[in-house]
Amino acid sequence: MSKDMKELPGTPVSGKELKSDKIITFEWRPNAKYAWSAGIAYGRYLDELKEGRIIGRRCSRCKRIIVPPRMFCEQCFVATDEWVYCKDTGTVNTFSLSYLDADANRIKEPILVAVIDIDGASPGVGILHLLGNVDPKKIDVGMKVKAVWKPPEEREGAVTDILYWEPMED
Amino acid sequence: MTVAIIGIGCTSFNSVTAEVSFKEQMFEAAVKAYADAGVNAREDIGSFLTAAEDYWEGYSIFDEFVPDQLGAVLRSVCTIGGDGLLALANGTMQIETGLFDVVAIEAHSKASDMLTFDGILTHALDPVYNRAFNVHPYFIAGLEMQRYLHETKTTREQCAAVVVKNKRNAMDNPLAAFPADMTVDEVINSTMVSHPLTQRDISPLADGMIVIVLASEKKAKELSDHPIWIKGLGWCSDTPWLEARDWGAAGYTNLARDRAYKRADIKNPRKEFDFAEVDDYFSYKELQHLEALQLCEPGKAGKLAEAGEFNRDGAFPVNVSGGRLGAGNLLEGSALQSVLECVYQLRGHAGKRQIKNAKTALAQSWRGVPTASGCVAVLSNEN
Ligand SMILES: [Zn+2]
Repeated sequence: MSKDMKELPGTPVSGKELKSDKIITFEWRPNAKYAWSAGIAYGRYLDELKEGRIIGRRCSRCKRIIVPPRMFCEQCFVATDEWVYCKDTGTVNTFSLSYLDADANRIKEPILVAVIDIDGASPGVGILHLLGNVDPKKIDVGMKVKAVWKPPEEREGAVTDILYWEPMED
Repeated sequence: MTVAIIGIGCTSFNSVTAEVSFKEQMFEAAVKAYADAGVNAREDIGSFLTAAEDYWEGYSIFDEFVPDQLGAVLRSVCTIGGDGLLALANGTMQIETGLFDVVAIEAHSKASDMLTFDGILTHALDPVYNRAFNVHPYFIAGLEMQRYLHETKTTREQCAAVVVKNKRNAMDNPLAAFPADMTVDEVINSTMVSHPLTQRDISPLADGMIVIVLASEKKAKELSDHPIWIKGLGWCSDTPWLEARDWGAAGYTNLARDRAYKRADIKNPRKEFDFAEVDDYFSYKELQHLEALQLCEPGKAGKLAEAGEFNRDGAFPVNVSGGRLGAGNLLEGSALQSVLECVYQLRGHAGKRQIKNAKTALAQSWRGVPTASGCVAVLSNEN
């Protein structure tokens, strides 16, 4: 509130009043369900994760190796033309410690989100994932990390087939 | 008007396209359109517009998922919450401002990604007055058809003649998803959905992507051997109230028609157009739209349809592409499917279904239930 304003204008409504029948609202939960076709790029990427491998695509024009793969290069607007395996190691490009979960619940132990530039992909190209097995205070941009995979029998062809990325030992 | 269509590209239309993602399909359509126009996406196109509805896609802020596969990264991009013709209108206006000389527009359907199309459509109804009755939203088409038949004395058989015609037309359209050789009886006797509307009166959903390249007059003459000129455009929305709308006629078409005809200097539409691609989401809609577009006397479209007037070899061909009923209901993309057919015909590239000496065409759209919104475009191969 600004210094000129001592009280908010209008008639205040409390949360309790909102839930009472004093105020008319209507609720609705849409029946909106989807099953998106994975297509060629997503499909192959997920299949490879199940095998414990990270795959990308090469653009023959700009020579970039793009992870996660796409069938076209968004910079050059040409079809990418080669599958390329990358390593399951990389470098933290940026990270954040989230103290809210997806439903905006406050959480004590933060979720460690990071963009990880993948070894074998082009600089500045990486995947969004989680960090783990690390003291949050010690995470920094430029930290070398390695994927920690689910056991093969538990993998299902999802990005969560990698549990998290942990610091690499020097 | 000084804007032309100089490039078209699309995927084929199919009931399911599980093997590719919408991005991969859109890329295919874009590559074809840019090649057809002879433009380099990254160097020549100033602005990109898509027509999309988040709920069809299942993504909030779907706009953000568009640039990569259109060649539009770090370019001017915007999304129109309307059908493809509304994107075409906005693209045309962007060129007319003088800001851009080449603009790409896109509209599509990836309907097969939706598991609950019916639930999503119900979500478009007024939450208080219209959602409480646990009835499939196609009841709106039932109400509309009932009133239209009542007011005009059109018969269900005459509506069925539209289905037969459009599905048969689709047999000569290699892109079409639902070509069929069907009889009026088969339409009338198909499963009742919302009386008097049957299953076969309804256009089946299909997947498909369409990209169109627009250019200024100067650029169009430079780049294209067969520019198709946009001569007139209009769009209009009626009230959304189910309780107080015109159930017997497609009133939203009127203002769109008047604006488009005036700009294109169309005085006698029936004589001046060589053919039309109009919205046929439901069989009776084609008839309602033909009447609203003044292509026949009010209330007479059904009789004429039954007599073969609107057949490909009739006096005034309508939906030679197959329309939504034959080519497939592409949601916001169907409006551009109509434009696509007009361009094929006006270029003389329509193959087996070519209408001889076609010079001026009409494309008209409707967004489907529960909307009362639509657009009209006049296209010509003569500037
Ligand atoms: Zn590239």
